[in-house]
Amino acid sequence: MGADVQLASEAGCHLNSGCGFPAPGLNEFDFKPIFTVGGVDFTKPMLLSIICAVLVVVFFWATFAKPKLVPGKLQIVGEIGYDFVKRSIVLETIGKKGEKYVPMLVSMFFFVWIMNIMSIIPFAQFPVMSRIAYPVGLAAVVWVTYMTLTFKKHGFVGGLKNLCWPSGIPGWVMFILVPIEFFSNIFVRPFTLAVRAFANMFAGHLLIVVFSVASWYLLSPSIGALYGSVSFVVAAGLTAFELLVQFLQAYIFVMLASSYIAGALEEAH
Amino acid sequence: MNPEVILAAEEKMNPLLPAWPEVIIGLLCFFIVFGILGKKLLPSIEKVLQERRDAIEGGMERAETAQAEAQALLEQYRAELAEARHEAARITEHAREQGAALVAEMREEGQRQREAIVAAGHAQIEADKKQATAALRQDVGSLASQLASRIVGESLEDHARQSGVIDRFLDELEAKAAASAGAK
Repeated sequence: MGADVQLASEAGCHLNSGCGFPAPGLNEFDFKPIFTVGGVDFTKPMLLSIICAVLVVVFFWATFAKPKLVPGKLQIVGEIGYDFVKRSIVLETIGKKGEKYVPMLVSMFFFVWIMNIMSIIPFAQFPVMSRIAYPVGLAAVVWVTYMTLTFKKHGFVGGLKNLCWPSGIPGWVMFILVPIEFFSNIFVRPFTLAVRAFANMFAGHLLIVVFSVASWYLLSPSIGALYGSVSFVVAAGLTAFELLVQFLQAYIFVMLASSYIAGALEEAH
Repeated sequence: MNPEVILAAEEKMNPLLPAWPEVIIGLLCFFIVFGILGKKLLPSIEKVLQERRDAIEGGMERAETAQAEAQALLEQYRAELAEARHEAARITEHAREQGAALVAEMREEGQRQREAIVAAGHAQIEADKKQATAALRQDVGSLASQLASRIVGESLEDHARQSGVIDRFLDELEAKAAASAGAK
């Protein structure tokens, strides 16, 4: 948690106690290193991302390592998750050809989801995806896959055509459209993919922090306690809302990745 | 809250600029997840799901096969039953025909035997009649000659017999009887 704010709160900074509202800001997303190795700071988000990876692996290890024809309860849960991503996202978007990309997208979905969920896990309380580095890394994986598949499937010229030559458009519009398509598919897509996930988690986390800090700050023997409790209810409501957003962002991330792959695999038009 | 700390933090940090160590750690984590899930766990569950699908579909297939088999068997039984009925009818018909033929044959045989018996009877009667006629003739002759002897007083028997008078007389009588019978 943002160390400065936490300190301010612990110090008992309340309404009427002579200190101003310790408004949370970007400092919420900047962590003091846990330790430093060779000039590289190891911070809480890094630790969380490793924990998330371990959690995903452990969960699927527990459910799928020794799968049974007649599944146990845990295996059913795993199967529902796997089947959801496989059917409702990947096969729905890409079709039968998408079978090959199911493992990558399933891994991505659960990894992203658990990193988002970290936002509301006690003690973690930080969505790893709100550090742009993580969405950027994953978007890069998607982008490399997208580009590789496009050029592998259509060749260099065909790939370029697939990327920036939309079909069924009159010739003169192409002057405008081709650069737009080129720019949109090659640069904007990975950028928005990363930023969308990042910004949602960032904003969500900031909202929860603002209302949490506010309810703590307003907690004083005055009318402020009433406002503080309202603020607390809002924070709780936002937490529930974030639970939905976390899932939704993981879903959208993988859905868009699937649709890019589907576009790459599309027959030349 | 120390405003200098916030300022320092904000100067240091742009939330849209990724920190490379984090990118590397994030990617590493993702590839570990992807590696373990993609290489081992997901193929194994996919295999089991496939097996389960096969088991369910196989079960349905087996049920369908069994049903088809039962249907075929039923058809076969029906066909066999029809065949058997047909056969029974044929045998009955055959037996009836054979019976009828047998009866006809027996009847014919009976007829033939009856005719044979009747014919034999007739022949017997004829023979008896002839014999009786011959005996009668002789007796009538001897009686007549005896009677005549009594009347005449001497034995005419040998003479009469030698001369064939009686026979002639009797022949004449027969001829008359025959003639009257023929005239009738």
